[in-house]
Amino acid sequence: MLGYDISWAAFNIIEVMSASKFTFKRIGYLAASQSFHEGTDVIMLTTNQIRKDLSSPSQYDTGVALTGLSCFVTPDLARDLANDIMTLMSHTKPYIRKKAVLIMYKVFLKYPESLRPAFPRLKEKLEDPDPGVQSAAVNVICELARRNPKNYLSLAPLFFKLMTSSTNNWVLIKIIKLFGALTPLEPRLGKKLIEPLTNLIHSTSAMSLLYECVNTVIAVLISLSSGMPNHSASIQLCVQKLRILIEDSDQNLKYLGLLAMSKILKTHPKSVQSHKDLILQCLDDKDESIRLRALDLLYGMVSKKNLMEIVKKLMTHVDKAEGTTYRDELLTKIIDICSQSNYQYITNFEWYISILVELTRLEGTRHGHLIAAQMLDVAIRVKAIRKFAVSQMSALLDSAHLLASSTQRNGICEVLYAAAWICGEFSEHLQEPHHTLEAMLRPRVTTLPGHIQAVYVQNVVKLYASILQQKEQAGEAEGAQAVTQLMVDRLPQFVQSADLEVQERASCILQLVKHIQKLQAKDVPVAEEVSALFAGELNPVAPKAQKKVPVPEGLDLDAWINEPLSDSESEDERPRAVFHEEEQRRPKHRPSEADEEELARRREARKQEQANNPFYIKSSPSPQKRYQDTPGVEHIPVVQIDLSVPLKVPGLPMSDQYVKLEEERRHRQKLEKDKRRKKRKEKEKKGKRRHSSLPTESDEDIAPAQQVDIVTEEMPENALPSDEDDKDPNDPYRALDIDLDKPLADSEKLPIQKHRNTETSKSPEKDVPMVEKKSKKPKKKEKKHKEKERDKEKKKEKEKKAEDLDFWLSTTPPPAPAPAPAPVPSTGELSVNTVTTPKDECEDAKTEAQGEEDDAEGQDQDKKSPKPKKKKHRKEKEERTKGKKKSKKQPPGSEEAAGEPVQNGAPEEEQLPPESSYSLLAENSYVKMTCDIRGSLQEDSQVTVAIVLENRSSSILKGMELSVLDSLNARMARPQGSSVHDGVPVPFQLPPGVSNEAQYVFTIQSIVMAQKLKGTLSFIAKNDEGATHEKLDFRLHFSCSSYLITTPCYSDAFAKLLESGDLSMSSIKVDGIRMSFQNLLAKICFHHHFSVVERVDSCASMYSRSIQGHHVCLLVKKGENSVSVDGKCSDSTLLSNLLEEMKATLAKC
Amino acid sequence: MIKAILIFNNHGKPRLSKFYQPYVNTQQQIIRETFHLVSKRDENVCNFLEGGLLIGGSDNKLIYRHYATLYFVFCVDSSESELGILDLIQVFVETLDKCFENVCELDLIFHVDKVHNILAEMVMGGMVLETNMNEIVTQIDAQNKLEKSEAGLAGAPARAVSAVKNMNLPEIPRNINIGDISIKVPNLPSFK
Repeated sequence: MLGYDISWAAFNIIEVMSASKFTFKRIGYLAASQSFHEGTDVIMLTTNQIRKDLSSPSQYDTGVALTGLSCFVTPDLARDLANDIMTLMSHTKPYIRKKAVLIMYKVFLKYPESLRPAFPRLKEKLEDPDPGVQSAAVNVICELARRNPKNYLSLAPLFFKLMTSSTNNWVLIKIIKLFGALTPLEPRLGKKLIEPLTNLIHSTSAMSLLYECVNTVIAVLISLSSGMPNHSASIQLCVQKLRILIEDSDQNLKYLGLLAMSKILKTHPKSVQSHKDLILQCLDDKDESIRLRALDLLYGMVSKKNLMEIVKKLMTHVDKAEGTTYRDELLTKIIDICSQSNYQYITNFEWYISILVELTRLEGTRHGHLIAAQMLDVAIRVKAIRKFAVSQMSALLDSAHLLASSTQRNGICEVLYAAAWICGEFSEHLQEPHHTLEAMLRPRVTTLPGHIQAVYVQNVVKLYASILQQKEQAGEAEGAQAVTQLMVDRLPQFVQSADLEVQERASCILQLVKHIQKLQAKDVPVAEEVSALFAGELNPVAPKAQKKVPVPEGLDLDAWINEPLSDSESEDERPRAVFHEEEQRRPKHRPSEADEEELARRREARKQEQANNPFYIKSSPSPQKRYQDTPGVEHIPVVQIDLSVPLKVPGLPMSDQYVKLEEERRHRQKLEKDKRRKKRKEKEKKGKRRHSSLPTESDEDIAPAQQVDIVTEEMPENALPSDEDDKDPNDPYRALDIDLDKPLADSEKLPIQKHRNTETSKSPEKDVPMVEKKSKKPKKKEKKHKEKERDKEKKKEKEKKAEDLDFWLSTTPPPAPAPAPAPVPSTGELSVNTVTTPKDECEDAKTEAQGEEDDAEGQDQDKKSPKPKKKKHRKEKEERTKGKKKSKKQPPGSEEAAGEPVQNGAPEEEQLPPESSYSLLAENSYVKMTCDIRGSLQEDSQVTVAIVLENRSSSILKGMELSVLDSLNARMARPQGSSVHDGVPVPFQLPPGVSNEAQYVFTIQSIVMAQKLKGTLSFIAKNDEGATHEKLDFRLHFSCSSYLITTPCYSDAFAKLLESGDLSMSSIKVDGIRMSFQNLLAKICFHHHFSVVERVDSCASMYSRSIQGHHVCLLVKKGENSVSVDGKCSDSTLLSNLLEEMKATLAKC
Repeated sequence: MIKAILIFNNHGKPRLSKFYQPYVNTQQQIIRETFHLVSKRDENVCNFLEGGLLIGGSDNKLIYRHYATLYFVFCVDSSESELGILDLIQVFVETLDKCFENVCELDLIFHVDKVHNILAEMVMGGMVLETNMNEIVTQIDAQNKLEKSEAGLAGAPARAVSAVKNMNLPEIPRNINIGDISIKVPNLPSFK
């Protein structure tokens, strides 16, 4: 609390939380929300208390519990309480509703499995009558969508509606922000948004809303790559509005304006560049936040022309800046600006190097390594600059004490790394190599960080090699020996370094130099050989160039090189092995380390060993002290730093002078160009008018003084500078990346806390003590059912929505309550081949409730449902039947609770002959036609007729055409423009022995009667002998059952339907049936598209719906040898026809 | 989302801290760092600030307002509208003003729980719950009333009344209809 730890009071807090008085409870929850977190162990004790409070009659108790929970919800709490919170989402009080909605976000984060079950209700809350609840729902969905926008695209139409209707600015801002996240995924959405957004921009008076609108418009414009007619107009509008913001006296608006401007900059730099004046002005603002934002924008402002000017301005800022963060920011920005797109804007690299050198004088910057990297990069890429760079670097090395001595030498001494490397690598350009060598060998260098010293050591040798060569060429043997002597004298200081790398390199090189000394004493020329050590050129290598290297054939990187260590090695053996190894290692190491001339070193090592050995009586001083005594350090002359020394290093040229030089150079260039132009013009003068007297200087005219050497193939083709690696696997929001459009599976339910498992309620023995529970249980179940039903409805809606989204996006006018249903691909168009869209839809509409029915269908040629799953399914069902059988033995009173009636699924079947829904239409020697008629819920009064054509002959069938005589009631949907008498072509040809399916849509006006349509299939049969015209007549029989669609229904809804009383009734009875009841039901389900609502013993209620929305309810009872079917339907004719059809079906059994 | 809400005075003394994400051992450091960032700034500069390192990431912004002796700092991520949050701070302060009647720093010290309760009506779990000041005040008042009715001695009369009300007296007709009864008042001599 207030930053202090009060975890000791955690338990007491829980006690207060459980107080009965609201006053105390509130304080308890407050304390909990302040101090509890996931690590608090007593938090699990709160679950039941919170549940109690959530269901408290007082809304404030509930509210307080929700508020508290939102702060300390853990995965466990989220899982246990998710269902309780779900129910609170439809609480009567909006105060509770909005809190429950908001807390769901936290629950989702902790328990991602809850997202899918809860989402439909959350979506429902978007249209809550209370604005507070609505805003909360918008809030939650926006948060969710921000992380995984693609899952929420289907909500776009809903949000669009909200956006155009809502007046609450807070909600509007959220929605507009959400759209900003969605548009990159769906450019069409952007097109739709632009207009209302621009309207809002023009109309709103709220700055916050205006700003968000502009922001989203920018996002839209970014997502639209091209093809907007008034594209530039919108950009102009945005930029113009932003300019107003930036010019505003309110600093906040200025800041936001700049922030938004930088977003435009990325895609439309041109339109921002016109406001350069304004942005440069902001650079001088006294507010750091604003200056930082302006800096961001500068990146896009620079050109070859103004780069120097801008950087000069920034350099003055660097001098003035007081905070290190701002200065560091400036530094990185300068480097960013200069180095962007491969130094595109730099015309004079001497200037750039001097800028970099000037930057090294910044105290306490964290970005020394950045400067160093730039120096190295430039020196390597720009060959012409090397001479200059080397001279600058040697000056830097010379004044290294200034860089390294500053108290905060955390970053800037990195520059020395680059300086040493450049001087060594390009030592041939050095004017006074000897001087530089001495500078690099100064004792002070040993105070630098290890990795810099290592580079020093390495480059000292390079330098040494080049000096040696110079001297030998000049014939100065004396001089060469003097240099060698210098090396021998100074290198030992590195040998004593604490850094292993430095030590290793130094001792290696020391030996080398000593060897050279010996050779020199014998007057052997060595320079050639020494410089051969460093022959060759170094080239820049891109960071991911490794990818370009192909893995050699036969090399398996995953294979073990050695046999993996066996685990058989017992634990107690291991220490001995380690000990053994160590002993072996030591003698092995020694010869490599110890050199015959380094006795002193060896001695020291021994001393060290002794010092570390606790059993050795020490006579020498402690190792640390001795360290100071080492000769190298003793000899360090303590340099007095003269504080009055000016910060500008004498001899270093200032960058400013380059600005002048550059101007002169440009001027010269221009003059030359002008001259040339004049000459040309003089030639043409007579013929043409002068259209531009002023020579316009464009960027391209300025040629850079030096050439940048960019090796184009540095990067492997398949590696992008920043591909992959940017996804954080630990991101908690990734768990919420869940597809919300998929229909809910039955298993996806929020866990409901129960005292007993459901199995116990099924087993009849334990039923007795549950009497009091019985009264509660049905209610609960009912609720569950209702929920489920609602979910399902939602799901269906969502499916529709998903289709609608495309439709919604494709139309230009704002969505008036969709006048006509979206044209599903099947209208008249013939969808070819087995599984096509309309069919899928049908399947979807049938949903899971279809259950076992698939079994029969599954044997159909083109449908393959996964067998193993089915088996499992069946097993489950069998178990259920067993339970049921047991329940029969129970006294009738308890039957209700015990016999879990089969619900929402077709009954199981033992063995049913393979059946096909396809019925024979017509056949002759050439072709066999079978057809299946399916209704679809989406299109009322339309049915899809799938006709399978099978070629039985040995000739190719082509030019097939289907002509159907329409009746008054039923019409075939034909392609536009064709008359009623034209045939509809079949979109495929049939080679011998092949079958294929074509689908046709028929519009039916009245579905209460069965009817038949006459039709003819005409085709050309072509074989080796020739082609013949053939015809086949058929009759399409639209039975009433074919207008029905399998629709799941729940017992409570079913009961309501029956009670409603507006259904007419009729019944039939069929005798002589020997088939089992289950198979019977399956037959009805399959042939007449019914689904079982509830089944108890030999009695079952069934439900189906016609494509025009008639409800059909059946009660099927099985007697000894007979079956009676009572039906209720909203249309009596339909019912009687249906029953007639059913009678025919049953009679076959 | 709002990551944290901090209130501290001109000297960096925290008056209220509410973290909507678990910062277990860094809360004090965060408050200190935020104070250092915010207190350096002039009065007439913008109210947005980037660079709170401890509170996490470049995605976050500090949005603050300075009232007399107190700084109100909201740390938010990019999903919040900057100007919206500024308005929210204003609503928060105005609500405090309404609930405390001329709020001052001392109110925040002595009634820190009340401040938390008010805040809880506005922001829940890092998300904005309510922006309508009247709605917030209504809820706070209702809760205060409830609290009063429970309180010790001061609440005794109120409790007594409610106890009487709740007593189970089914015999007593709840609403007596006097319409039918016409009482004949005899002519009494006046007491004049």
